Amino acid sequence: MFLNHIYLLPLFPAFGAAIMFFFGRRLQKATVSAVCVGVIVLAFLFACFTVVEYTHFAHGTGRPFEKIVYTWLGSGDGHLNFTRRDGTLAAVNADAGFLLDPLSSIWLLFVTGVGMLIHIYSTGYMAHEGGYYRFFGYMNLFMFSMLTLILANNYILLFVGWEGVGLCSYLLIGFYFHRNSASTAANKAFIINRIGDAGFILGALTLVWYLGSFRFIDINALARSGQFAIGDPVLTAAALLLFVGACGKSAQVPLYVWLPDAMEGPTPVSALIHAATMVTAGVYMVARSNAVFVLAPTAMKTVAIVGAITAVFAASIGLVQNDIKRVLAYSTVSQLGYMFLALGVGAFAAGVFHVFTHAFFKALLFLGSGSVIHAMSGEQDMRHMGDLRRRIPTTHWTMLIATLAIAGIFPFAGFFSKDEILWQTWASEGGAYRILWFVGYGTALMTAFYMFRLMYLTFYSPSRMSHEVEHHVHESPKSMTVPLVILALCSIGAGWLSWPHSLGGSARFEKFLEPVFAREAVVLVEEGKSGQLAAGEKEAEHTDKTEYALMFLSLAAAAVGWGMARRSYNHAGKDYAEPIAVKAPPLYTVLYNKWFVDEGYDYIFTGRRKIGDIRLGAMGAGEAASWFDAKVIDGVVNDVGWVTRAVATLSTWWDKWIIDGVGVNGPAILARMISYPARLFEWGLVQWYALVMIAGLLGFGMYYVWK
Amino acid sequence: MQSHILSIILFTPLIGALFLLFVPKENKDAIRWIANIFALGGFLISLPLVPMFWAQRFEPGFKFLEGTANNWIPSIGAGYNLGIDGISFLLIMLTTLLGWISILSSWTAIETRVKEYYVWFLVLQTGMLGVFMALDFFLFFVFWEAMLVPMYLLIGIWGGPRKLYAAIKFFLYTLLGSVLMLLGILYLYFHHHAVTGVFTFSIPELYKTAPLIPFNIAIWLFVAFFIGFAIKVPMFPFHTWLPDAHVEAPTAGSVILAGVLLKMGTYGFVRFSLPFFPGVVSHPRVQSWVIGLSLVGIIYGALVSLMQKDMKKLVAYSSVSHLGFCTLGIFALNSAGLTGSVLQQINHGISTGALFLIVGILYERRHTREIAEYGGISTVMPVYATITMIMFLSSMGLPLLNGFVGEFTILQGAFTANWRWAAWAAPGVVLAAAYLLWLYQRVFFGTVTNPKNEKLHDLTPREILTFAPLIIMALWIGLYPKPFFQILEQPVNQIVQTIHDNSNPNAPVNAQIQPTSFIPSPSTAAPGVGALKASN
Repeated sequence: MFLNHIYLLPLFPAFGAAIMFFFGRRLQKATVSAVCVGVIVLAFLFACFTVVEYTHFAHGTGRPFEKIVYTWLGSGDGHLNFTRRDGTLAAVNADAGFLLDPLSSIWLLFVTGVGMLIHIYSTGYMAHEGGYYRFFGYMNLFMFSMLTLILANNYILLFVGWEGVGLCSYLLIGFYFHRNSASTAANKAFIINRIGDAGFILGALTLVWYLGSFRFIDINALARSGQFAIGDPVLTAAALLLFVGACGKSAQVPLYVWLPDAMEGPTPVSALIHAATMVTAGVYMVARSNAVFVLAPTAMKTVAIVGAITAVFAASIGLVQNDIKRVLAYSTVSQLGYMFLALGVGAFAAGVFHVFTHAFFKALLFLGSGSVIHAMSGEQDMRHMGDLRRRIPTTHWTMLIATLAIAGIFPFAGFFSKDEILWQTWASEGGAYRILWFVGYGTALMTAFYMFRLMYLTFYSPSRMSHEVEHHVHESPKSMTVPLVILALCSIGAGWLSWPHSLGGSARFEKFLEPVFAREAVVLVEEGKSGQLAAGEKEAEHTDKTEYALMFLSLAAAAVGWGMARRSYNHAGKDYAEPIAVKAPPLYTVLYNKWFVDEGYDYIFTGRRKIGDIRLGAMGAGEAASWFDAKVIDGVVNDVGWVTRAVATLSTWWDKWIIDGVGVNGPAILARMISYPARLFEWGLVQWYALVMIAGLLGFGMYYVWK
Repeated sequence: MQSHILSIILFTPLIGALFLLFVPKENKDAIRWIANIFALGGFLISLPLVPMFWAQRFEPGFKFLEGTANNWIPSIGAGYNLGIDGISFLLIMLTTLLGWISILSSWTAIETRVKEYYVWFLVLQTGMLGVFMALDFFLFFVFWEAMLVPMYLLIGIWGGPRKLYAAIKFFLYTLLGSVLMLLGILYLYFHHHAVTGVFTFSIPELYKTAPLIPFNIAIWLFVAFFIGFAIKVPMFPFHTWLPDAHVEAPTAGSVILAGVLLKMGTYGFVRFSLPFFPGVVSHPRVQSWVIGLSLVGIIYGALVSLMQKDMKKLVAYSSVSHLGFCTLGIFALNSAGLTGSVLQQINHGISTGALFLIVGILYERRHTREIAEYGGISTVMPVYATITMIMFLSSMGLPLLNGFVGEFTILQGAFTANWRWAAWAAPGVVLAAAYLLWLYQRVFFGTVTNPKNEKLHDLTPREILTFAPLIIMALWIGLYPKPFFQILEQPVNQIVQTIHDNSNPNAPVNAQIQPTSFIPSPSTAAPGVGALKASN
């Protein structure tokens, strides 16, 4: 009964958002909280019941449940057609249809669960802020979009959620819209996401053109049917284009630049949207399209390499940042890189598992940092913190747990997921993957370092607070600490869901997901090894011994990172020195300035900065186009007008002086000139006529007389 | 028995105009009330058309026919002959809706020569409706030209500082196009006589003979029509009259200009260029040229928009970009592209119409459209800011609002025709977000820095009323576009079928996918038996 009404899930938060849109302004804060948190709690409960019912429905087979509500795009009767690549006709069709399978179940649970906790937390965090109803309205709208994204049964409805979460992210980053930096960051996020979206749409169009349907079930079935060879160029292109979309949404190199700036939004937003849920949408989408990606080894390699690069690149920036939220932002980018690394080596389940555990500990870290900021009266710079562990103990303990989890310390959640990813990378065929493993391993060390750096600077080192701030430090209210505690418990226990075989567990999480990533059909093996790799067959080298060794190495890396951070920052006084700044100042400058990527983009792509007098990028092109429009195109139009007028003036002159002057008036003047003498005889004086007549008569008379 | 509903819809605004002539011009409020009553009446009267049309949406051919061929001036074969199909139906509904909205929006904006203003506006309304209803080329041309004059006067009298320049530019530019079109019409007329021995301007009759014109002549006729319509759309590089006309026109004039007048060009492509010259439009070189211009228009319009300092000019250039999508869809020559294009024409009418209203509201309060004059408006006018955001999102094609449905369907059509076209159009979507969001940031976000903006009052109920129907339509098309797809299905498939039957008979259905493989000589492009079969 829940399963059949699965479409209600996104509608709960949509209802909350609608109430806020129409009546929010007039409601009390308490009412706003009741409505907006209430609908999310309802959604969470509904989601739990739905997933329970689904597990009964699926009976461990993992068969997907699909519910189509109505035909959204298309005429519904299939008469509106487009031509597929092979020349056959297929209907233009995208349904408002919902799909539940193990993959979406997992997302559904943690999105509603974490979302609920963050909503509760926000009632405390935002209590003294203006625009309370607006905040919660956007948050509910976000939940609506996210649930649509997760539950969609086709690419186009997924895109609805995909753009919807982007919009809410935009609105929430720009929540403090009177701050110019906030609205700029919001624009940046939306526009960069749009670049990804363009890729996504083209990818989806490629798929429908090739395979004839937008539905995940159809596409996956076709891709697995064995009709398509591994390395099929069209599918490769489709996969790469979809991955462009994922890069935008999930902040991968080179489109990651919006995420750190997105920290302009209120902290609960960073926790919900820019850490736990929205930014994992790219991972979700790639995992959802796994059947297509597996047929495109090039795309898989690209995903893995981009993921690894992003992981290490973002981590390197995170090493030296001073804003507590920025460290976490780069950490998020880096962890997302891990997830893509996992997907790229074919370890889909491991990637999803890392999404799952990351959602808890990263949300916790952000909420904890929010609690710190709250306690510090808005201060975000870690250089002005220190010695907070006794003043805000709950925040301290919960954040410590999250840090242990993200650093990959046994038995916290991050250990299991990160270890699984590194192990799967190592176990992949081909020596090149060892490089990726090494990158991932190095990143793990850096992660431990910057996270413990954050902990030491914030909680342990001697206080560097101003007196004013120190006086006001206080632990956050229950509405904020209770979610922290719950998330902390999850950050410990979430990893146990996939206790690996090698440690005597049963990897239940992966087993649950197995049907989604299963390959029933024989995949055409044309490229040998890459085919096997793509199909995720890594049996050959799987020995417990190597796995133990790798686990030990990971733990060692975490310990080393921890130790280095402790040595450098445990006693950081008021003018402590960054170890990197001391040992390698140029490197520090580069890292501190984020490798100057933003500046480079501004010079080359946006055109906000000029190189000398030359402006490149979109704004440069815009200026050039405006100039061309005004001078050339409109110039030609105006010139045509000018020429017409000139010709008209000329013909007026011609008409006046030549045609009328020479041709018409000329003869007239001539006639007048000729007639002038004649006029002497006839100038209208009657007496003169009489005189002439008389003279004539006299003349005639004389003539006759003379004669 | 003939139904006269089309005539009734067509002449209601004209009757209103005549009625207004008898009201003394000092009575401004009475004039406003009467004009608004007739405008609203014109919209309400068109509503019964919706269920009537819906009942026969899948039936082939034109519906609600009125008059017979040649009944008006039999000696030359001109007839008062009306009829609509799904495409014109949607455009007519858009016209009556926008006509009402723009007249409603003029209440406080127009203070001089009130009577003349409303009279001309109502006359304009009839002219536009006539263009979409006429099934006779003579009648069509009468309406087509009749529409120009009121628009010329609206810009020239009630416009901004450079109104004369803009009005004359608009008039002459458009007139140039229509003269070429007239030549084309006359050729078709005499050609019909040469083939059948009958002189007629009846469009359904000409549908039967026009595709028989050999390619080497048809291409010139196509060019004549093309220039006429391309100016009207306007396609790159015929677009420069548009920003001037928009900037100078009064708000309501801009709404109608963008919302309806531009659609005459795209309507002309769909109604005439495609079915009259199927052999020409499906010629790969012609098709790629037109598509090329559309793609340039999409990106170029967006880039120029990005750098505008005047809000209205920004919106005007965004129209060039959006209309590029419409022509792209049309000349993709498949049902997805065409359907998306017509839908996008409606969407553009709704979104861009609303955008001009939005600019007009600020202009009415501050008498400037300079972006730099504003900032922080969302603090002083929150309702206005919200509505603006919704319409911006609709314009940039956010899913669940109308723009996405049209844009996506067009992209799908373009992609199936040639994936490169879709790939080139895609940056337009990104740039649309860029110029609109940047505009929004500069006008609405931040703090109020200009003291003149501190006391702006938020929307009045009348102003909200002007936006309400547009927002409802935007949501409807975004959430449940199926009825629109169904209405367009029959006429669009008919056109696609005509093109298919009349292009190279040996070509596969998807000939347009690989243009290089298909270059017909003029003789093969001339249609064979298929032409008459398809045009029934």
